Amino acid sequence: MAVSDSPLQSEAETRRTLATRLNGWVQSIPIAYWVVGAIMLLMPLIANDFFLYQIFGWAFILGMIALSLMFLAGYGGMVSLAQMSIAALGGYMVAILGDSGATSISLGWPWWLNVPVAILVAAIFATLIGALAVRTEGIYTIMITLAFAAAFFYFTRQNYTIFNGYSGFGDVVPPRLFGVNWRDAIPFYYLTLGCATICYLAVIYVSRAPFGLALQGIRDNPRRMAALGFNVVAHRITAYTFAAVIAAIGGILLVWQNAQIAPGTAGLPAVIDILVIAIVGGIARPIGPFIGAFIYVLLRTFSPDVLQALSMAGDRYKLLIGLGFLVVVYWSPDGVLGLWDRWRARRRRRDPLVDKPEAS
Amino acid sequence: MSTATVRSVSERLSAAGTANALELRGVTKRFGALAALTDVTITVKPGERRAVLGSNGAGKTTLFNCVTGDFLPTSGTIRLFGEDVTNFPAHERIRRGLRRTYQISLLFTGLTVFDNVYLACRGVSRGRFSMLRPRKGDTLVQSAYELIEAVHLSDIAQIKVSELSYGQQRQLEIALALAGAPRFVLFDEPAAGLSPKERAELVEILTNLPSHIGYIIIEHDMDVALRVAETVSMMHNGRIFKEGLPSEIESDPEVQELYLGGGHG
Repeated sequence: MAVSDSPLQSEAETRRTLATRLNGWVQSIPIAYWVVGAIMLLMPLIANDFFLYQIFGWAFILGMIALSLMFLAGYGGMVSLAQMSIAALGGYMVAILGDSGATSISLGWPWWLNVPVAILVAAIFATLIGALAVRTEGIYTIMITLAFAAAFFYFTRQNYTIFNGYSGFGDVVPPRLFGVNWRDAIPFYYLTLGCATICYLAVIYVSRAPFGLALQGIRDNPRRMAALGFNVVAHRITAYTFAAVIAAIGGILLVWQNAQIAPGTAGLPAVIDILVIAIVGGIARPIGPFIGAFIYVLLRTFSPDVLQALSMAGDRYKLLIGLGFLVVVYWSPDGVLGLWDRWRARRRRRDPLVDKPEAS
Repeated sequence: MSTATVRSVSERLSAAGTANALELRGVTKRFGALAALTDVTITVKPGERRAVLGSNGAGKTTLFNCVTGDFLPTSGTIRLFGEDVTNFPAHERIRRGLRRTYQISLLFTGLTVFDNVYLACRGVSRGRFSMLRPRKGDTLVQSAYELIEAVHLSDIAQIKVSELSYGQQRQLEIALALAGAPRFVLFDEPAAGLSPKERAELVEILTNLPSHIGYIIIEHDMDVALRVAETVSMMHNGRIFKEGLPSEIESDPEVQELYLGGGHG
């Protein structure tokens, strides 16, 4: 840097480079992302309250919990079935530390204290699960995390002193921050959209940071990563901790959406649903879990009507979900994302005007 | 983490100044009833370049695996620059300047060439857990690009490793081993499967390494092995049975019978 530069000049220069950098950053994002972003932001103009709260709100929440699984499985090669339990622990902690209908248990801490502590407790729980699970591979990781999920379910159902047993906690609502009732459809839509976007961007960002790159290296070749100086075990455990933060945010939003939490929130069907959502959407990229969650919520919400229209029992919606899962796993093991990628690749190849494939 | 890692800096520095680069004393490795290594004792001075020759199954790769810590020896001690690393995990040995390449390339096939080399640079420096993305001007990013340049892969730095040719993967394998500040490298058959032209390039890369970097090379191609090594150790059935200069080894009748003469081992 030249010494003669006056402070004013250099300041103007910084501003200019900032502007060009911002411009470059804006241009580096494909148009499709801006379009999707705009549609998402303007959704309340189109959709009714039911869609905003029950369809989109729920899809964002389940998408976040499935995103935590995608981070572990897609980048780390570790399939954890405990993500729903970790999310539920986050939700439980908000109910226990904050306000709920079970006044004899809940401590009534303010939201700015109980939310961070809830995330922290969930992260510690996940770190402990990780510490045990990462020393195993493949099917054994699934078994250990499934054992944790089952244990968590039965523990919350039978423990009345902390988790209030079978009935769980009711009347757990978000704080009335800025005078807004965050359980109203439009505020809740933006709340979940905002959280989901932050989690999504965080995963994308970290995937290209040293920690995320190292995790993908460990997925491809743990032995070589050790031979490059990485502590493979510590890295894997940290991945569980990172994923837990995302899952816990989802869990807390889930409690606020339902205004209640009970053992069934993290029952085995819910645990498996998260796996189905992530696999159906695709675990290759962070958008997959959100696609999967959207499909799941649509099926879950409307399949009873469809089934009844076909004069079948409406409560057999799981049949449709199961069939959908079978179809996806059979035709596209890498989920809807994989279908989309192959369809684009085929279109690109057939296009006679484009003679060489563009970089995706 | 191992308690052995807690060691005074001065102790390590003083050890590094005078000691041998690598010192194996009576290293034995058994897999059940099979003795892959029996009482192996090797001393390699700093900057020394050694070839380890022997037929398939002689225990050469097992020797490397013991030195890097992929598995622990059944008995014996391994000292790296004077420090006893026998019970260290692999990553702790790597952080002390040891590097290795693999006979069958162990690369990160889902990542790009740059990401592979960047990880190798990151592995031996601070910030392995950093959640912040590297910026273009970062020292580590620079040194990653320099390494890629050194192994002639600059044109394909942003290509996924799974799309690389075999020869390119072997070159990348070497780049990964030279990241950071290597002090001693183990090359496991780096020339295997390379074309004559690529072999010539490999010899050039090895002979051009800075003189303070010592290495052990396992190589079946005698042309390559004897050109890049100053000393030779011969292995057979998990034992070292002869050590000497390349010229001595070539003319040794026992070696001729066991290895050079008896067809291609």
